[in-house]
This record gives sequence, C-alpha cells and structure tokens, in this order.
Amino acid sequence: MKTNKTRLALALVSCSLFISACSDSEQAQTTEYQANNPFPSTYKAIDSAPVVITNVVILDGLGNRIDEGEILLEDGKIAEFGTSVSVPRNAIEIDGEGKWVTPGIIDNHSHLGVYPSPGTRSHSDGNEMTGPVTAEVWAEHSVWPQDPGFQRALAGGVTSLQILPGSANLFGGRSITLKNLPNRTMQDMKFPEAPYGIKMACGENPKRVYGSRGGPMTRMANVAGYRKAWIDAQEYNKKWQDYEASKESGNATDAPKRDLQLETLAGVLNGEIIVHMHCYRADEMTVMMDVMKEFDYQIGSFHHAVEAYKISDKLAENNVCSAMWADWWGFKMEAYDGIRENIPMVHNAGACAIVHSDSDIGIQRLNQEAAKAWSDGVRAGLDITQAEAWQWLSANPAKSLGIFDYTGSIEEGKNADVVLWSADPFSTYAQAEKVFIDGAMVYDRTQPDTWPVSDFEVGQIAQGDAK
Amino acid sequence: MRNLQITSFKHKLKLLALTSVMAVMSATSTAQEKLAITGAQIHTMGPKGIIVEGTLLIEDGKIKDVLSNNTVPAGFTKVDASGKVITPGFMGALTSLGLVEVGLSAGVNDSRVDAHPVSSVGAAYDSQFAFNADSTLLDVTRIEGFTSAATGLRTSQLFDGQGAIISLGDELESVTHPQAFVHVDVGNGGADNNGESRAALWVALNQSLEEALFALSYDLSPSEGWEGMISRADAKALIPVVQGDTPLLVTAHRANDILQVLALKKRFANLDVVLVHASDGWRVASQIAEADVPVILNPEFNLPGEFDRLGATLENAGRLHEAGVMIAIGVDTHNVRLAAQHAGNAVANGLPHDAAIASLTINPAKIFGVDDNIGSLESGKQADFVIFSGDPLEVTQAAEQVYVSGKAVSMESRQTKLRDRYLKYTGEKPVGYIK
Repeated sequence: MKTNKTRLALALVSCSLFISACSDSEQAQTTEYQANNPFPSTYKAIDSAPVVITNVVILDGLGNRIDEGEILLEDGKIAEFGTSVSVPRNAIEIDGEGKWVTPGIIDNHSHLGVYPSPGTRSHSDGNEMTGPVTAEVWAEHSVWPQDPGFQRALAGGVTSLQILPGSANLFGGRSITLKNLPNRTMQDMKFPEAPYGIKMACGENPKRVYGSRGGPMTRMANVAGYRKAWIDAQEYNKKWQDYEASKESGNATDAPKRDLQLETLAGVLNGEIIVHMHCYRADEMTVMMDVMKEFDYQIGSFHHAVEAYKISDKLAENNVCSAMWADWWGFKMEAYDGIRENIPMVHNAGACAIVHSDSDIGIQRLNQEAAKAWSDGVRAGLDITQAEAWQWLSANPAKSLGIFDYTGSIEEGKNADVVLWSADPFSTYAQAEKVFIDGAMVYDRTQPDTWPVSDFEVGQIAQGDAK
Repeated sequence: MRNLQITSFKHKLKLLALTSVMAVMSATSTAQEKLAITGAQIHTMGPKGIIVEGTLLIEDGKIKDVLSNNTVPAGFTKVDASGKVITPGFMGALTSLGLVEVGLSAGVNDSRVDAHPVSSVGAAYDSQFAFNADSTLLDVTRIEGFTSAATGLRTSQLFDGQGAIISLGDELESVTHPQAFVHVDVGNGGADNNGESRAALWVALNQSLEEALFALSYDLSPSEGWEGMISRADAKALIPVVQGDTPLLVTAHRANDILQVLALKKRFANLDVVLVHASDGWRVASQIAEADVPVILNPEFNLPGEFDRLGATLENAGRLHEAGVMIAIGVDTHNVRLAAQHAGNAVANGLPHDAAIASLTINPAKIFGVDDNIGSLESGKQADFVIFSGDPLEVTQAAEQVYVSGKAVSMESRQTKLRDRYLKYTGEKPVGYIK
C-alpha cells in the first residue's frame, strides 16, 4: 500500500529529522496534506497466499463477460485474468464450476455505523439537525465500527461503501468511503486513497425539518440556501488565495482563521470533495445542475433520483451519476413517480447509473436489485446485457466515489476486491460464497467458523449463527 | 342476548359483502369465456400438488378443474401458457393497501389512527370504512401477481384496530371480509406506547381481553353503565376475538415475548393467535408449532435492530417451517409486491420452494380463514391466479397475466404508464401531450 499519501507521511518524518534536506515544495505539500487529512487511514490489508479461481464465469464490471475464465489474485491485486492464468506454486486453487466472479459490490449510499444496529436513540448519529448548513461535520466521526450491519453487508458481497450523513440538511456534512473490513476503529476501515464527499439534500427533508425552525420552509429557500453557502465559500477561497499570493510575494500577513464549514465547501469548489446530492424530482435535479454551473463545481451523483428517467439526457450531458433503488417508491410525494425501469432507462441514455441501498437490509443483496432493474429494462425493450448491468454495482459507484483507479472492476493491477458467487448473481438463490478484499478471503460462506463477528454480538444469543 | 345481536350484525355485514361480490361476479361472468389455460407448470397448492404440465379450466369466474394434461374440453377457449408457471394469486399477508396513498406529509393517511375518544385501547378502529379502491397501489401490486390482501392499521394505543381482507380485483367493492383481524404489538414498539414497559402493556392486554369476555353477557347500550378500561366500541371489537371468531395478530420478536403470547393463548382458550415477525421464533419453534400458532414474517429481517431481536436471522423462516410452523410471507404496503423476492430469499436460506409458494398463497388464506374460496387452485374456488414467465420467486421473472375471478385484469399501472410516456418522449412536444 505504498501510496502518494503514505509517501507524504514519510516525507514528514524525514523533514522533521533533517530539516535542511527538505525542499520548500515538499514542506508545503506536507502541511497541506496534514490539514486535509487529520484522521489518516490505518487500514491494513490481510496477508494472503495467491488465489486462483478456474472454470468460472467472469463479469469484469466494465461490460464484458468471460465464460470458463480464470483469475489470479496475488499480492492484494488482480494479477491476471482471462481464459488462462499462471498458477503460483503456493496458490490456493478454487474450482469455480457453475460459479461466477464479479468485482466486489460498492454501495455509494449507506448509513452503516452512523445509524447502526441496534437503532437506539443513543446510536442515532447520522443527522446533525441543528441547522440547515452543517458542512463542518464529518460522518466518519459518527461511524461505529462495531455495527453488525458491516458483517451482514460483507456476506452480501459488499467490499467498499460510502457512509453518508443523513438528508435533513441542505449541507449535511462530509461523507467517508470505507473498506468493508471492520476492525477496532473507523480509521482501520478508511479507504486510504478515497477523496472526501459531501452530502447535500434537495426537496422535502430540509423543508420538513426546518420549516418551523427558521427555515428553509420551501424549495425556493432550499436553493437560496445552497447559493448563499457557495457565495460564502467563494469568498473564503479568495481570502486564502490572497493570503497565499501575499505570502509568495514576500509580504508576510497572518493566515486567515480556518473555518471548518467553509473549508469543506471550498473543497468542493476546488474539485477536491465530491458532491453527493439527495434529490428525487427531475425538476429539482435540473435546477441543481444549473446551480452547479453557476458556481463552477461538479455534482458527482444524485442519490435516490427516483425521477432520473425523466431527464436521463440532461444527466448524461452534465456527466452526473444517479444512484437509485430498483423499486422503492411512494413513501413520500417526491418518491411518488418511481418506476421499475428507472435504472435501465438512465443507463440506456448513456448516463451513469448506480444501484444503491440506503438500507442495512438492502445492502445485503444489491445484486438482486440490479437483477430486477436489468430484467425490467429488458422486458421494456432496452437492450442491456448482464455484464453491462454489473457496472451499476461496481465501476459506476467506484467512479462516483473517486476510487475507480483502485477498485470497481476486474483489471490487472487493481485491488483484488472480488466476489465468487455460488451461481448466476442475477438469481434470487445465488449467494456470495467467497468475498475477497485486497486479495484476502474475508468471508467464506462455507466455513462458519471463520465468519467475522462484531463486538456487539459477542456474548449475545446466537453469536456466530448464520445471519 | 348481546352476543346474538353482534353475531347477527356481523352476519349482515358478511351477507352484504357476499352479495356485492356475487353482483360483481355475475356482471363479469356474463361476458366471460370458459378458459382452458394449457401447457404451464401449475402450483395448485391443493391436493393435486405441482402439476408439471397441465391445464387450468375456468368457468363462471371459478376454477372448474385442474388437469394433468393439455386437454381442451369442448366449449373452452384455449390460452397457451406453455413454458410458464401458474400459481394461485398471491395474498399480501399484512399490509395497509387501500388505506394509504403516500405515507409522509401528504395529507390524510387513513392507515395511521390518532387516539380518538371512541376507543380507549385502539381495538375499535375499523379499516373497512377507510378503504379506497382507487389507490394506485392496488394496480401496482396487482400486476405483480397479488389478488388479495389483509389490510390493517397502526395506532399509538394498545391495539392496532381491526383489519380487513380485500380483493385486488379492479372493482370498487373490494372489501370482501371486514373486521377480519385485530392486531396488537407486544414487542418494544408496543411497550413504548403502553407505559413504556411490558409490565404495563401485558396487564392492559389481559385486562382488555377479560373485559371483552365479561362484555359477552353484558348490555353495552348507552343506557347501561360501563366502567371498563376498554370502551364499549373496543368491547364490541374484542368479543369475536376472545370467542376465537376473529384472529388476533400479535407482533412479537424475542423468545420470552413469544412464550408470553403462547401463555396468553392458554389463558384465553378460544383465542386464534397469529404471531407477526417472531424474529427469534426459531429459538422456540417447537413450542410455536405445538401451540398451532402460525407466523407472518418478512424473512429478510436479520439485523438486531432492537434489543428484542438479537437472534434475527435469514434462516428464521426455514427453521420455523422445519419445526412444523405454518408461515406467511408478505409484510409491507407500497412494496408488498416484493414478497415473492422475500420468499425467494427464504428459500436461499433453507425454506423449501413449495413452502415458500404456500407462504404467499394458501397459508395466508388459512390464517385469515378465507381458504374456502381463495389460496389454492381447486375445483369450485374463485379463479384468482397468475401466469408467471418462470419461477415467481426469481427476481428476473415477472407476472405476465393476472386473473381475478376468472377475468384477465389490465396489466397496466400508473407506473407502467409513466414509463411508457417517458420511453416515447423525444423532446418534440411537451411531455403532457404524450398519451
């Protein structure tokens, strides 16, 4: 796991020991790095012998399928795949007869850890409902790594997931991308290379929560709230740019005071933080894409996007992903126009479609959500293959999270985050039989003794039971 | 005396319901053909079991016969269903269909009842009066293979009112069995609403049922004094419960709560008890089976969402069935249509396939006492059935044609119409003009 960031951290150590050996630019980089990453990842992949799976159907997650394929996982990476791979001497060999290999599922919309099980009030850490703009809060500071939901999701083939704050606020706070390998701390799960995201919300929720608490009370006030915040962020950015400029020109001035809220918003305008926006209605998503242009930032994905099918062309044009359910609808007005073909219709328009869960139950079988959407699309006359549909579960969510260089597809050199399914994963009866994260087998359905158990479930009834 | 009056009142209601159903059927059956649906695999859920390739004969809105071959008798119109799968219409086991359109912040939601002076413990509220046959949820649910449902209420009191059985045919008069069940929650949710402790909830439940027994021989008219904890209207709703004429649905999760429910059944010998959820039910499955208590559940609930369901597992449905407990699957409203997927996941975790189909059809019909007419494909029963493209529990398969009382219903819903409108949209003219 030699990454840019770990190299920077090493630079920090050597700089402090040998100050004279450090260039100015290294120092500047180091300082910036520390400011941007005060809670660094302590994730460590589990060591594993190489693994070779043979005679298996492979969906590469990019739209391609290999029948009777082989794949070699070595040193945490996908080393080779195709119709024939080399077999290292110490490799674990798995016969994949009748089974399927896919990239691990990536859920870009989860509240595991911030709304954990049991769902007691003292565990309710997902919505900072004290004001409509709380860009200063970070979901990672609420994540409880002992949420048993992580292990349940792992048994469903989820290898990475984004934990978001809730949708009560216009700006709900920073999100965090985790590897689904719970350990003692949140930092142990933190996806080392993942950029931060920010949760924003359209529509009913901010209205409902703040309508009688000083606003926003209407959708028009929601939009005024976003714009006002972006204006503040532009001003904050300028203050820092002016400071940097005066420093460079040798005119020493005091650095502006850091503002956690504006730092996050400025991070969006600077392209460092990805926007994940809870938004159901077509008209509202379109307004938000105009706000995006007004303030020159990029929305990574709309979440829920129940009406994305109505504006799939606009979503494609603006390069904004939609993270959707297969069939949730009707629980509130903005979800009333939900249809079963939303995901395939967005895909068919050339826009980026993602299957998300927003649910500790749904996250356990996202493959079935994709299967429903795929088959509904095919029945409606949309020509989509299963291999193409798997992009909704891995490549597209990875892109929306800024981690596609590392995971989300079966390509040589990528992290070995893969799932071996007991059967065609578009079947209700298929199960994630073996799940690999960075090449290590972290879940094996056939070996109950090896199943991970969260601290919460230790010493409780049915500890270690099939869940 | 009191009892007789109530019985005759209920009898009248049932007659009323029956008359309206018969009126509907005679109206449709005159235009109806005699149908022979051939070539499909037929899950009869009756004594004939699974017929690998057979023929379903429909006449006058009823099932005339199920044949183990592809014979088309004279006078019957052949409907070729070769390679398809036929099951009885699915029954939503516990829903609020027809009582709610949009759940949150969207005006009146008849499925949720605020405390009202007519009822002190919530038993009296009656869903039959709130049913709306124009709800778009009915079409959305029907086109996925559901032809009937139990529909009920939520309250913040002890009982969740009286539920009804509805037909999902496209007729206005769809409440086939009013006052079909009473529901109570004795889990954490129920305790929250009742003194915030089971120690209060259970005393209130016992007291309510004892008062209902007492009311059996009491004049509840306004001229007489009634000092009971339950209101007069509650007493009227609970009398058929303590007599065993109306099932009492009891939501419970943890093993001790379930044992309390079984003990309740012993205290009130006539109670027809049905457990709902029973998340930890697998731990006391043999006792549940011995007490002959069925369970309605969503088998996908496998998280310790509260401290009263720490044993929740995907294998609950399979383990209960294995122990001899009758189970029904289908708890939801807007998406009760996903019950077939839920049942499929129960199969993936140990429930036999045939038992999963039963959990969607004949079992809920038995639980609500309507299996004399629906729930299986047997001669003389109402012809509610579905032609599926394949295994109905597979998420990639779909209902291709749904029949209610022998009539092929429209396979469109507001959702399919929205879909078709936007599949046709080209930008040439505003979307409002696309038909």
